[in-house]
Amino acid sequence: MTRHVPIASLRSRGTLRAALLGTALALLAGCASDASSARPASTPAPPAEPAKPAPEPFQSTYAPRPAADTAIVGASILTGTGTRIDNGTVLMASGKIVAVGADIAVPSGVRVIDGRGKWVTPGIIDAHSHLGVFPAPGVQGHADGNENIDPYTAHVWAEHSIWPQDPVFTKARAGGVTSLLILPGSANLFGGRGVSVKNVPAVTVQQMKFPGAPYTLKMACGENPKGRYGSRGRAPATRMGEVAGFRRAWIDAAEYGRKIDAYEKKRARGEGGEAPKRDLGLETLAGVLKGDILVQNHCYRADEMAVMLDVGHEFGYKTRAFHHAVEAYKIADLLVADDVCVATWATRWGFKMEAYDAIEENAAILSKAGVCVAIHSDEQRLIQRLNVESAVAMAAGRRAGIDITQEEAIKWITINPAKIMGIADKTGSLEPGKMADVVLWSKNPFSVYAIAEKVFIDGALVLDTSDPATRYRSDFEIGQPVGEE
Amino acid sequence: MQRRLPVFTGLALVLAAVATPVAAQTFAITNAHLLTPGPVGEVENGTVLVRDGRISAAGSNVAVPAGVRTIDAKGAIVTPGLIAVNTALGLIEVSSVDGSVDNKTHNSGISASFDVQYGLNPDSTLIPIARLGGVTHAVVMPDYDDSDKERELPFAGRAALISLGEGAAILHRPGVGMMLELGEDGAARIGGSRAAEFVQLRQIFDLARQAPRDEYPFELSQADVAALKPVLASTMPLIVVVHRASDIQQVLKLARDYKLKIILSGAEEAWRVADEIATARIPVLINPTSNIPSNFDMLGASLQNASILKAAGVEIAIGGNDAGHRVREMRYNAGLAVSRGLPYAAGIEALTLAPARIFGVADQMGSIAPGKAADIVIWDGDPLEPLTQPTAIFIAGKEQPLTSRATELGKRYTR
Repeated sequence: MTRHVPIASLRSRGTLRAALLGTALALLAGCASDASSARPASTPAPPAEPAKPAPEPFQSTYAPRPAADTAIVGASILTGTGTRIDNGTVLMASGKIVAVGADIAVPSGVRVIDGRGKWVTPGIIDAHSHLGVFPAPGVQGHADGNENIDPYTAHVWAEHSIWPQDPVFTKARAGGVTSLLILPGSANLFGGRGVSVKNVPAVTVQQMKFPGAPYTLKMACGENPKGRYGSRGRAPATRMGEVAGFRRAWIDAAEYGRKIDAYEKKRARGEGGEAPKRDLGLETLAGVLKGDILVQNHCYRADEMAVMLDVGHEFGYKTRAFHHAVEAYKIADLLVADDVCVATWATRWGFKMEAYDAIEENAAILSKAGVCVAIHSDEQRLIQRLNVESAVAMAAGRRAGIDITQEEAIKWITINPAKIMGIADKTGSLEPGKMADVVLWSKNPFSVYAIAEKVFIDGALVLDTSDPATRYRSDFEIGQPVGEE
Repeated sequence: MQRRLPVFTGLALVLAAVATPVAAQTFAITNAHLLTPGPVGEVENGTVLVRDGRISAAGSNVAVPAGVRTIDAKGAIVTPGLIAVNTALGLIEVSSVDGSVDNKTHNSGISASFDVQYGLNPDSTLIPIARLGGVTHAVVMPDYDDSDKERELPFAGRAALISLGEGAAILHRPGVGMMLELGEDGAARIGGSRAAEFVQLRQIFDLARQAPRDEYPFELSQADVAALKPVLASTMPLIVVVHRASDIQQVLKLARDYKLKIILSGAEEAWRVADEIATARIPVLINPTSNIPSNFDMLGASLQNASILKAAGVEIAIGGNDAGHRVREMRYNAGLAVSRGLPYAAGIEALTLAPARIFGVADQMGSIAPGKAADIVIWDGDPLEPLTQPTAIFIAGKEQPLTSRATELGKRYTR
């Protein structure tokens, strides 16, 4: 078994070649495993297979770009942990944050970037995006975000639709976005699995997948599912139909989970037998019930969110975040009690009935009440300026007498979306040991004039406005009359 | 030239003296940092004198007559009211609720003759929400109803200018433009090809120049053809929504051939033909945030469209992020254009005097100048910054409430 150790560590380094090599060696190693040779030669009973394959398919092959050890000195730093450091230094080495503070000694040999008069924040994170699944140009041949022929599609995975050549990834990077959660659309009650990615140029989605990020499940209540299916003469046609649909599905998922658990217990006792046939949809839902997969629930109205919280109580799952959640300000206490995050906008409202009560103050009211709030985009233009959207939300709070500090508001687009995505232990704030996902802004990031001048992902300078060579063009844009930015 | 203004001034209430609206429309705003296009320009310590709803004097040496109510702006920035373009304010309440949407029709006998002035709802909750963004007037434009894919539909109809002031009388001027969309979406309504689109447009214009007939081809009614008469007489601008550079060039040619007064709208690739547009003296309505290659019409969409057009000498007006609910974001869009090289003064002008000139009302609004209506906003910082809010808004000298349905909802749930 010791032979597996270096193979596993190779794979964790994340290059495609290493992963392929690892798989091949693992297969070879399995053929000669000590476990099979320990059995009596006369009874070569094959070991029972696990209920689902290990390792999981579609592994991340993300490999950090080459990164020079770098110090940004003299900048105002919003750390994402609730503090601000003036005239501070951020030191990055080997792709990680090494030190952040006012009195950091910069080792010799480290590239020094003058941050005087500028601002540093963690890389911006968008907890609700459809880049790649609804890419630009938005032609029918590209519309891959909604498997909208059935309301129950927990079996589909957004990563199998992502087109890495979507030119908007580059535009989002210019807005400082370093990580994003790409979700299926909201036509279905269960839209499928979402995937967290690092915002790097790539040819395959595996090269973008955020290493070690948990999977998420997109759920949707309200007007979209009932509008999609009710008009086609099938369930759900109403909100009560939607809730009934959710509950039936969770009953099935619980049964499936028990069946799998019973089999795995037998297998652990060496009793073997035939593995139950996998059901991809129920496998995802059962993963939610086990707490391995995070629920991202598209839900606008306060009353509806309260009902969905009770559905979670009934079946023992936790909602990680309500998305859009434009009426969350009406139920801040319920959200605090259940420790549920909210991902929302400041500016969008009124485009449908369930968005009629959206107010700019939503994030500020929730933040003051202690809810983990994220400002999300859900669209191609807004993802380029989540900082400005956050400023709108801050201003609305101040207008309503709620003083939201910059130190707090920066969390809305950094550590809080990281928490929603289950990656807050890896990125989302400037703390030693975390991934060096960092943005150097030309001005205070809550100014409309602020430009993300330098964007670092795992310490690598992936965008530098002073160096046109870092301005990546997707394959789609090659040979086209594209403009700047 | 980007202005250095305090970004984080907080919500200093500079206007305790005007906490309640007053009927009297004669007053003076003193100690104002005037920021306006036109001859008054930027005045650090200026005064605006308003009489009966009109500006009677503005600048640095304005005497305030005794007995006139005075509002001390305490150095705050004072601008003209913003004039929004490309809106459906007063025509839309909830976008997905058909009964609350009046900016388009599926009536096949009404296209060019569609007239938004008859559908205006002064009680729309969108109006105070836009107004809280400092917007005092808006150009309200019709849109296309594409529910019938077989329908031939070149023109969307007639636009109007409205006031966002409290009260029932929001219509300021009807018939300020005729809407026409070209390019990919426009072609789809006339047989699916640009090559057909321009041929048909020329046929329609030729017909409209001739004596009236009992019947017309292309699903045009007599009323539609009559509505095109002022367009062909160059007294009503033709507002052309168009994106691709080559389509813009075709529009310029059409304008020359028929002596049309053109306003371009959308125009994401206009920067590629900026000099030609400038030479033709055609203004452009743009959203500087429209930089997504959403279709094959706008592969060249760029954040730098506004600054390139302005540098070439093109008149630009900057709009919000949708036709109704997000009109209030127009000032941030101007700020974004400034961050990409548009001169600051041009950013302010693109929200005020430029749209007034483009729609023929620059003698009445768009700048702080003697003789114009007192459409004035006092801000607590740089008006292009999202952290800035208006602290007082006047429309024709009448002070407006700083509330909306949304702020009332927020107040109910803020403890």
